[in-house]
Amino acid sequence: MIVIFGVVLLTLLVITAIAIVRTENLFVAVMLLGIASLFIAGNFFLLDAADVALTEAAIGAGISTVLFLSALALTSERERSKSSNKILSFTVVAVAALVLIYATFDKPRFGDPDAPVQTHVAPWYLEKTPEYIDIPNVVTAVLGSYRGYDTLGEVLVVFTAGIGVLFLLGSGAPLGSLPQEKINEGLRHHLIPRVVGRVLIPFILLFGLYVQFHGEYGPGGGFQAGAIIAAAIILFSLLEGEQRALSVLPARVLLGLVAFGPLLYLAVGIAGIVLGGNFLDYSVLSSDPVKGQQLGILLIEAGVGITVTGVLLSVFHAFAARGR
Amino acid sequence: MEILGLYYYWVFAILLMIGLYAVIAKRNLVKKLIGLTLFQSAVFLLYITMGKVDEGTAPIFSVTGSNIFSNPLPQVLILTAIVVGISTTALGLGIVVRLKEEYGTIEEHEIQEIDER
Repeated sequence: MIVIFGVVLLTLLVITAIAIVRTENLFVAVMLLGIASLFIAGNFFLLDAADVALTEAAIGAGISTVLFLSALALTSERERSKSSNKILSFTVVAVAALVLIYATFDKPRFGDPDAPVQTHVAPWYLEKTPEYIDIPNVVTAVLGSYRGYDTLGEVLVVFTAGIGVLFLLGSGAPLGSLPQEKINEGLRHHLIPRVVGRVLIPFILLFGLYVQFHGEYGPGGGFQAGAIIAAAIILFSLLEGEQRALSVLPARVLLGLVAFGPLLYLAVGIAGIVLGGNFLDYSVLSSDPVKGQQLGILLIEAGVGITVTGVLLSVFHAFAARGR
Repeated sequence: MEILGLYYYWVFAILLMIGLYAVIAKRNLVKKLIGLTLFQSAVFLLYITMGKVDEGTAPIFSVTGSNIFSNPLPQVLILTAIVVGISTTALGLGIVVRLKEEYGTIEEHEIQEIDER
């Protein structure tokens, strides 16, 4: 059964990808990209990667579509020129694809439990997580604790990218100084999206918080929750107009969130040193090492969630403000 | 299962190259970024495919569940990579928007022509 699902999803994915490259209408390409993300998320789910599927669905199909569309609104919706050196590019790409496909015959069998990737550190994580950290979701344990350094790096990359977008685009003129007709009213005058949105947004926010705080027990965590909460607030700004969204969460507060997230993460790391352990060693945060690990993961996941929400919303508002 | 496994790897190769084609052949900068996103997704797919174990489930301990889990490590790497990917894409789109404002176009060769003038 899974084989059939997998083959169908992958085939649809390839067809979508070809359509994305072939279409000259960028609006269509962006919409298809969202659909492709959904197919990829479905594949991740079939491959037992529930956390990753959740992230891909929230980010790829949700946020990335909104960002591409806001960029299209500021640039143009159609490609104006033909491809350059079509035949040469196609040859290069086709040859590379054939080499890659040839290489796949040497790869370990799909799902082989004895493949090199399964036999190094991965079994150790699966074996020791109940003993050292005692949370059911091993992905969260690896992300938050064993590879906390990596995750700190990723959070700082997200932070840097967000600051970079703000530097490039600025945060726009303050809304108060603009004439009334220039302020985007959103879809306030359309009844159906408004009613549906009003019903959906509280539940999306609630689900975001569930994903944030249930990340130790089920699929979820700060990255996914941040994206889901940001998606809910972006939906709110699309429906109610940007001004209302900014009066709920002003740009200054968002900047504060962007800075607070990484600081919280770093503070947990430094608390580890102060209490006599290593940087990002959570065992010392509580008298019981296992409890300390759980507390540390909870705090850094909160830091991750706050950063991701802050950055995605700041970026969205930066693009929206540029259009005025 | 054998065929499905190879099919996953082939789709990775094809998707990767479709993305690369958009990056090198298309002249529209937004289209290039879309190609880059596809390229990136293909890499994600490869990592997650490699982590799959026969009869395995998601690496979450449950009261009733089995003892065979798929590899959590690639999942962690890709989970964070997706979020970093969207941040860098946003940065790229920011640069494209600024280029449009400065040059009035987002077609690569037109920007080059303006620069050479």
